[in-house]
Amino acid sequence: MTAADPIIQTKGLGKSFKGFWAVKNVDLVVQRGTIHALIGPNGAGKTTCFNLITKFLTPSEGTILFKGADITGTKPADVARLGLVRSFQISATFPHLSVRENVRVALQRPLGTSFRFWQSEAALDVLNDRALALLEDVGLTEYAERPAVELPYGRKRALEIATTLALDPEMLLLDEPMAGMGREDIARVSALIRRVAQNRTVLMVEHNLHVVADLSDRITVLARGEILAEGTYAEVSRNPQVVEAYMGTGAGAPEAGAQHA
Amino acid sequence: MRSRETMIGLVLLGLLLVAPLVIYPVFLMKVLCFALFACAFNLLIGYVGLLSFGHAMFFGFAAYVAGHTIKVWGWPTEVGILAAALIAAAMGLVVGLIAIRRQGIYFAMVTLALSQMVYFFCIQAKFTGGEDGIQAIPRRPVFGFIDISKDLTLYYFVLAIFLVGFLLIYRTIHSPFGQVLKAIRENEPRAISLGYRVDQYKLLAFVLSAGLAGLAGATKAIVFQLASLTDVQWQMSGEVVLMTLVGGMGTVLGPVVGAGIIVAMQNYLKGLGEWVLVIQGIIFVLTVLVFRRGVVGEIWALLSRSKPGQRPGA
Ligand SMILES: Nc1ncnc2c1ncn2[C@@H]1O[C@H](COP(=O)(O)OP(=O)(O)O)[C@@H](O)[C@H]1O
Ligand SMILES: [Mg+2]
Repeated sequence: MTAADPIIQTKGLGKSFKGFWAVKNVDLVVQRGTIHALIGPNGAGKTTCFNLITKFLTPSEGTILFKGADITGTKPADVARLGLVRSFQISATFPHLSVRENVRVALQRPLGTSFRFWQSEAALDVLNDRALALLEDVGLTEYAERPAVELPYGRKRALEIATTLALDPEMLLLDEPMAGMGREDIARVSALIRRVAQNRTVLMVEHNLHVVADLSDRITVLARGEILAEGTYAEVSRNPQVVEAYMGTGAGAPEAGAQHA
Repeated sequence: MRSRETMIGLVLLGLLLVAPLVIYPVFLMKVLCFALFACAFNLLIGYVGLLSFGHAMFFGFAAYVAGHTIKVWGWPTEVGILAAALIAAAMGLVVGLIAIRRQGIYFAMVTLALSQMVYFFCIQAKFTGGEDGIQAIPRRPVFGFIDISKDLTLYYFVLAIFLVGFLLIYRTIHSPFGQVLKAIRENEPRAISLGYRVDQYKLLAFVLSAGLAGLAGATKAIVFQLASLTDVQWQMSGEVVLMTLVGGMGTVLGPVVGAGIIVAMQNYLKGLGEWVLVIQGIIFVLTVLVFRRGVVGEIWALLSRSKPGQRPGA
């Protein structure tokens, strides 16, 4: 981490669902080139934060800056085009497209031919090599021609990451990328995240605190919609409020180590 | 699998070419018009996941436009049909802009409401001929020299229009645009998160679908030499839903088969009067409850069960 160079900055971000504030007064700063983790008990508002930042939800309060530009009023598809791409907590693939086609859909957009209803889809074959290279990166080569719906859960998450990376985004938002994965998959996806983060920024929600401790440069702890603490893993896990927040939910404190959803 | 589709397509084309020698051509033309209508509708429900409950407005209004331009303004047949399809597409653009942001049942309601407005407009407007409709629409030679006054020659003209429409839909489904449509149908939030402005894709699909529905309606007006309120009524919107469901939505050939079944039933069971509606209702319920994939969908499922790892005809 070099000198302060925020890529994402929220100011007073808040979201109320019919009077219930799922996110409240959040000032989140993510520095360019870091892996930043967002943790907190279930229902703390992590996913809502992601939805707000990527504009899948409209904030009730506050502003969002991406690379210094105000994106508070930007549409979600346009946020993605700016280079801020998210994954979803529930695995999000295109189930009845093949694994290769899933990645290709992401590669296709920059080609600028996506409105051509008169053109054969064979025109997309030029993208196959890049799609296969991305699949190789996440260890899915042998699954390339299978429909995504047939993949085991961990592989689906890997496919999502490959699809996200196909856009070559400056910043990735990963919502619980390792949830439901076995030890082996976790190791592989961890390595992958570390590798892709070399020239990108990653903001991720993750429950597995081993992974968080291992990967993240900085951690923000959210509880009841508000920021409770922020710092390195060592700092945050020593914070008595954080320990209490985790105890309060019976979910186990950070010190208790890995906690699987 | 693509080669199997091509095979089936060629066999069907052969059958369609010789069919009028055995089957009454007017009946066949009716089937082809409804088949094209249902294929256009299926482009939306089967490949974008949008249920329009107002497609009769494109089908029926295009019939009026073709009837009026050809009969009253004396336009050539092919120009009248083309104009009707373009007007339907333009209507599709307007309706689409209003409806596309609604989800699920709200989308269906908005399209239904707008089609009712078109229906009332058609009752009131002078040029539609009110209850009488536009009758005795002339069958002028196509391109000035192809005589279509005989049913048999008209059949081949209608078949040509059907094939153009059908192949355009087939190509659309298998185009870069079609890939995005499928992605939107499969997982819309994911498509958005990849940077697709999904409303624009839905809108283009809606315009194409409306234009092709208009093409079908205009062609039907030439075949029956009549444009009437029946074709803009909400029942017509319901019928196209039924045809598509029975044949199998989201399959390329399903709507064609569905249109064949429903039109055949209406023709051959005419003697049963109102009972045809009851039978249609029962078929509808059975399809929804038991054969959810429709005739073609179920056949595909059977075939791919014997050959594992294959997908139904996407
Ligand atoms: N669309 C919504 N409508 C109403 N309440 C919501 C909605 N989305 C989330 N919530 C509520 O907001 C709180 C935070 O949810 P969420 O952001 O999903 O938490 P986390 O991802 O940290 O587990 C929860 O109490 C949840 O019930
Ligand atoms: Mg969550």
